[in-house]
Amino acid sequence: MPRELIKGNEAVVKAAILAGCQAYFGYPITPASEIAEAAAKYFPLVGRTFIQAESEIASIQMVYGAAGGGVRVMTASSGPGISLKQEGISYCAGAELPCVIADIMRGGPGLGNIAPEQSDYHQVVKGGGHGNYRCIVLAPNSAQEMCDLTIKAFDLADQYRTPVYVVTDGYIGQMMEQVNFPTAVQHPKRHDWGVHGDDATRKNLINSIYLDPDELEEHNRKLQKKYAEIERKEVLVDEYRTRDAELLVIGYGIISRILRTTVDLAREQGIKVGLLRPVTLWPFPAKRIQKLCERVQAIQVVELSNGQMVEDVRLAVEGRKPVKFYGRMGGSVPSAQELLGVIRKL
Amino acid sequence: MYEKYLEKSASFYPEYPRKSGNQSVTHYCPGCGHGIAHKYIAEALDDLKLTERTVLISPVGCSVFAYYYFDVGNLQAAHGRAPAVATGIKRINPHSIVISYQGDGDLAAIGGDEIIHAANRGERLTVFFVNNAIYGMTGGQMAPTTLVGQQTTTSPRGRNIHNEGYPIRMCELISALEAPVYVERVSLHSPGARAKARKAIRKALENQVQGKGFSFVEILAQCPTGWKVSAPDSLKWIEEKMLPYYPVQVFRDKSAEAEGWAPPDVAYSDADVLQLIELPLEDEAAPAARPKVPEQYRNPRIKIAGFGGQGVLLLGVAMAQLGMMEGYNVSWLPSYGPEMRGGTAHCHVNISDTPIGSPLVSASTVCVAFNKPSLEKFEKEMARGGLLIYNTSMIDIQPTRKDVEWLPIPASEIASQMGNIRFANMVVLGAFIQKTGLINMETAIKGLPAFIKAKKLIAENVKALENGAAFVRGELKI
Amino acid sequence: MTDKLDRGRLEISVDECKGCGLCIVACPVQVIEFSKTVINKQGYHPAQYKGSGCTGCGTCFYACPEPGAVTVYRLAKQAQ
Ligand SMILES: Cc1ncc(C[n+]2csc(CCOP(=O)(O)OP(=O)(O)O)c2C)c(N)n1
Ligand code: SF4
Ligand code: SF4
Ligand code: SF4
Repeated sequence: MPRELIKGNEAVVKAAILAGCQAYFGYPITPASEIAEAAAKYFPLVGRTFIQAESEIASIQMVYGAAGGGVRVMTASSGPGISLKQEGISYCAGAELPCVIADIMRGGPGLGNIAPEQSDYHQVVKGGGHGNYRCIVLAPNSAQEMCDLTIKAFDLADQYRTPVYVVTDGYIGQMMEQVNFPTAVQHPKRHDWGVHGDDATRKNLINSIYLDPDELEEHNRKLQKKYAEIERKEVLVDEYRTRDAELLVIGYGIISRILRTTVDLAREQGIKVGLLRPVTLWPFPAKRIQKLCERVQAIQVVELSNGQMVEDVRLAVEGRKPVKFYGRMGGSVPSAQELLGVIRKL
Repeated sequence: MYEKYLEKSASFYPEYPRKSGNQSVTHYCPGCGHGIAHKYIAEALDDLKLTERTVLISPVGCSVFAYYYFDVGNLQAAHGRAPAVATGIKRINPHSIVISYQGDGDLAAIGGDEIIHAANRGERLTVFFVNNAIYGMTGGQMAPTTLVGQQTTTSPRGRNIHNEGYPIRMCELISALEAPVYVERVSLHSPGARAKARKAIRKALENQVQGKGFSFVEILAQCPTGWKVSAPDSLKWIEEKMLPYYPVQVFRDKSAEAEGWAPPDVAYSDADVLQLIELPLEDEAAPAARPKVPEQYRNPRIKIAGFGGQGVLLLGVAMAQLGMMEGYNVSWLPSYGPEMRGGTAHCHVNISDTPIGSPLVSASTVCVAFNKPSLEKFEKEMARGGLLIYNTSMIDIQPTRKDVEWLPIPASEIASQMGNIRFANMVVLGAFIQKTGLINMETAIKGLPAFIKAKKLIAENVKALENGAAFVRGELKI
Repeated sequence: MTDKLDRGRLEISVDECKGCGLCIVACPVQVIEFSKTVINKQGYHPAQYKGSGCTGCGTCFYACPEPGAVTVYRLAKQAQ
């Protein structure tokens, strides 16, 4: 297995190529730019398409066009750019076009800064654009997962014909770690429903407009059915020392890495704490959290935000146990010691 | 005795099953220019035998349902984004003929950016731009092409240059760019003008067949409904109101000289792909036995800091790379962003026997300070008993922490004696290796090319490593 | 029949015509008119060929916005 010390952002690109992604359309933004840069370097080398678009608005629409052609395609950005992509993502969801969007989150709102935050949670998990849609959201917390979950994102996108996010914070994107890449190069078949520019697919139509209210409602019901199936089948969660835990901490991305260290520190002091990390932010591991609620006495959620994921935790917990929130914003990342202090107060 | 001469194009569906209501007529108002433009496009697709491989991008506007009519591959795009959607699908279907069909609000207002950049990239597309000086679909609001003085529902007193500026001339704008191959404005107001329009449409498609670049045809078209005139009068309206402001002419025609181009169709084997994206198929040999590491240097949590440009980040990458080669779990996390540009830089490195939790180093067990501000800042947060390596060439003070081990090294001077002050980071790496024993020197020498990309500098970097190690052994005096 | 055959002939599909009149103003020999009696499915008085005089020039075809409304015929070569 080829292993490499590599940035999470760059691992996304190599993984995408291995997954058979045919085209990358993007626009630079820190801290996601290495994705565009690595795509610019590697995609053309292997006969794939790379375009630096004029904007995130255009890049996601190029994704829409290529996805409409039935091939695997991706884009990447960070907060301000993801805001601009929401139009196109809504269209992709509406037209049921599979595609992968990497979001390497930075500080906001507005121009904010380029330091790591997790404040895009709402805009990626709750829809972000207009309409009754959901996107699958995968949240890697290591360079290895940036590779693995990117490949998984393409598979899920195809399986459900839906946009899939790979969402993480600037730290996981910028961090270098060892990645063991698969050696298999995928050759996904072009989707039959795509418009290939030939006679066989000439009858195909890619669109999201349904003028008739009944038809649009039916289309929406079909989408909701698909989302329900995803919620049933695709939840991914990672746990650390939860088996005998009396306290539960929940975090994703860089926070889950820090919390892992915190859990070890706390255990050394005899505090029985365990870590739950949602790997899929949507579908959210609500059931698993509910199950753990039977045993744990309290839940501490930590995010690099004003408290966005904690809303989903509270919806899952439904008041069964106290749910506390600790957040840092603006790019300040808590240390494991700092979080130990938070846990001790529980 | 009579033979059919002109009839409905085969590129149209015979009936329009995607449409609700009457499926044998279009949804356009009586006399609408869109229908005429559709007919000319369909006719050209027939004649050029392009129907099978054509992909039409329908915009948002009255022609949103163009896909009801054209028996081609169809994509419906968001308002204004048709050129970007067209770009996406053309790039992955280079053999296909991709048409972006757009109205003036779609193309010249909300989609202004997309059209300019598709044109500027020289996308091998054909764009048909139907300019009717109004927003038809939404009920007659002002368009960017609405004429000065023209009344619309959002310019009820007439377009006023002081409030909404002048109408935008897209052909003139597009032809200011270098890449477009063919730019022409035509009109539908008279039989002669219509004959020219048909010719231009055909040519814009032929260009794409031949792989020539971006072709753009603006069609001055009537919107009798929006203009509130009869269909016959709408033709006069074009002639009297539009033509004086929007001259019909060829703005650019490089069709003859432009070279046809298509992306090379090369197949890549899986092995090619892995090699080209720099993923070696062969696993590296299992690491040599690691030297025995003294207890205090095991599983180091390392903070490295200095001025941007002192090779701080690279030193961290090198440590992580070599640690990985020795079979440790490793992580490297930079301070990123503007800090890297000129100011100070620091990074966090973990080298560990066990999986790494937090990659952030707060209580460092190894701290490397390349300059005074870094020493002052990061010395404080070191764990007790840690190793503090500091570059005495640039630090004229003593550390204050008495509970950590000091390793002062004149790294910049050693490097500059070798002829290049930039080797200071590798001098420090050599010192670190010698001091901690975490990494075999042979591994370091073997691993160097992974992070020193300039081949001709490898030998000197090896020397720097060795000098750093020699200094720690007390064999190098300066 | 002593008259020479017209060079062209025009057919307008009653139910596809939207009665816009563009063909009427386009025809150089003015052989198209609105029907005064017929009201088509869409509720328009469709255009109709006056019955003679068509030269088969095709001008009306290219003036009409409706893909299938107008069909123009030309006198076959051998008949001329
Ligand atoms: C993002 C967005 N904004 C606004 C609209 C509403 N809208 C639909 S069509 C249109 C204008 C179309 O005008 P034009 O492009 O000139 O085409 P026409 O209808 O005149 O053919 C507008 C503003 C929309 N669909 N999407
Ligand atoms: S509103 Fe104008 S552009 Fe739209 S269909 Fe009617 S005539 Fe055509
Ligand atoms: S073909 Fe020419 S002459 Fe005949 S009806 Fe049409 S416009 Fe008139
Ligand atoms: S131009 Fe076409 S739609 Fe209009 S009146 Fe003539 S035949 Fe009918």
